[in-house]
Amino acid sequence: MDLYRDNILDHYKNPRNFGNMDKPDSLAEESNPLCGDKICIQIKLQTTNYKLQTIQDIKFSGVGCAISIASASLLTEKVKNMDLAKVQRLKTKDIVDMLGITLTPTRLKCALLSLEVLQKALNK
Amino acid sequence: MVNNPADIKKDFPIFKRQINGKPIIYLDSTASSLKPQQVLDAISDYYTQYPVNIFRGLYTLSEEATAKYEEVREKVARFIGADNGNTVVFVRNATEAINLVVYSWGRVNIGEGDEIVSTVMEHHANVVPWQSLALESGATLKYADIDEDGFLDLQSLESLITSNTKLVALAHVSNVLGTINPIKDIIRIIKKRNPSTKILIDAAQSVPHMKVNVKDLGCDFFAFSGHKMLGPTGVGVLWAKYDLLDAMVPFQMGGDMIKEVYLDHTEYQKPPHKFEAGTPDISAVLGLGAAIDYLSSLGMDKVRHHEKEITKYALDKLGKIKNILIYGPKDASDKGGVIAFTMKGLHPHDIAEILNEDNICIRSGHHCAMPLHTRLGIGSSSRASFYVYNTEEDVDKLVKGLEKANKIFKI
Repeated sequence: MDLYRDNILDHYKNPRNFGNMDKPDSLAEESNPLCGDKICIQIKLQTTNYKLQTIQDIKFSGVGCAISIASASLLTEKVKNMDLAKVQRLKTKDIVDMLGITLTPTRLKCALLSLEVLQKALNK
Repeated sequence: MVNNPADIKKDFPIFKRQINGKPIIYLDSTASSLKPQQVLDAISDYYTQYPVNIFRGLYTLSEEATAKYEEVREKVARFIGADNGNTVVFVRNATEAINLVVYSWGRVNIGEGDEIVSTVMEHHANVVPWQSLALESGATLKYADIDEDGFLDLQSLESLITSNTKLVALAHVSNVLGTINPIKDIIRIIKKRNPSTKILIDAAQSVPHMKVNVKDLGCDFFAFSGHKMLGPTGVGVLWAKYDLLDAMVPFQMGGDMIKEVYLDHTEYQKPPHKFEAGTPDISAVLGLGAAIDYLSSLGMDKVRHHEKEITKYALDKLGKIKNILIYGPKDASDKGGVIAFTMKGLHPHDIAEILNEDNICIRSGHHCAMPLHTRLGIGSSSRASFYVYNTEEDVDKLVKGLEKANKIFKI
């Protein structure tokens, strides 16, 4: 089945950046009421030379289906060291491209949960 | 003679449909049942033969429609063992029936210091309205627990009943665990401790699947939905003891529920019409009538027998899957045709997605019973449920689909 390609299953079974960090600069949590999934994201920020803020470190935790966990795992890899303005601009299409699979509207919600949480953490 | 589900399937036009060249394996009747041609015909008859309003016209068409509508009320009464149609109120669904009781009875009879008792196995429809009532009235809402096998803990329930308990709201059959609660015994226990406590039964999962008799059960309020019993969406029923209905204030105000209207006051109709303001979903009520005829022709004892047999078969087959965990009673005699389960290493959402590839329709999530899932220590589960049209072959396809899911996830 196309949805559960090897890299999706790999990120689901061995999620990257999974866990918690000491003293995060910000954190947020959201759940998907349809399936009871919950994702929490913690971030540590860093200000570079040009006063550009980037994500220095990111951790996520929670429970979810293969799509929401793999999406969160891939997202944490994608945004590490990315500047905040760019993270804020991430959209549905970026997540779909990142996953490389076709999603039904219901599953799209699973895939987008982690981005929603991350952007919520940044806007705190 | 037992009913043959393969023959029954032929009455349901949806089974003629294929998606991606494959037939539909429907295992989600607990959420909503499919509809036989007879029900669709009744709806179509209304819109083609007498598509007019009820209780208004003196012309033949309106009188026909009114008579058919009221005929269904009597049919419902007979189907659930009520004395007559005056105790049968048509609403949108079981949810609205419960809300009606909250508004028309609860708000008047429940106040500060009073207690409402429910259980952890309830559908949200039998939790949230009471929570809201408790909040606004200052009453306390308590919940009876379940035991490890998914049975209601009767001792826990009994201990919650005090002289302040105004109402106990509980399900006849759990929509997740499938547990059939011994309502008659439960009511006896409750009324022994406090005879004035009123009892509301959420019968959404029992009326479609087994013979029920409201008088024999001894409850005060009884709520169910049409769409779970082969009927259309848009119609449900609240049954209540007549003296309770008579003393209750109206639910919604408007046309049809009035006797006389003056600029400064209104005299209301008697029950049940007092609770049916405005034009109802007439075609849905007529469809419900046809659904009751269909179920009656099958025989409710036979309907239950078939579900018990197929549930037994499914419990046995599903139990052989290595990473499965089944919730609720393990004996089909103790449960309705619903099996909730989780599979280690597989999220319910992913299971449902993989099954959907073969048009196998099951539910994934918390099935409108979050407190129960919290009690079970899980966020979500998968749920397969059975009805008159399900065959052992459907169960075999489900098992095959679950094995396929294990294979895709390399479990």
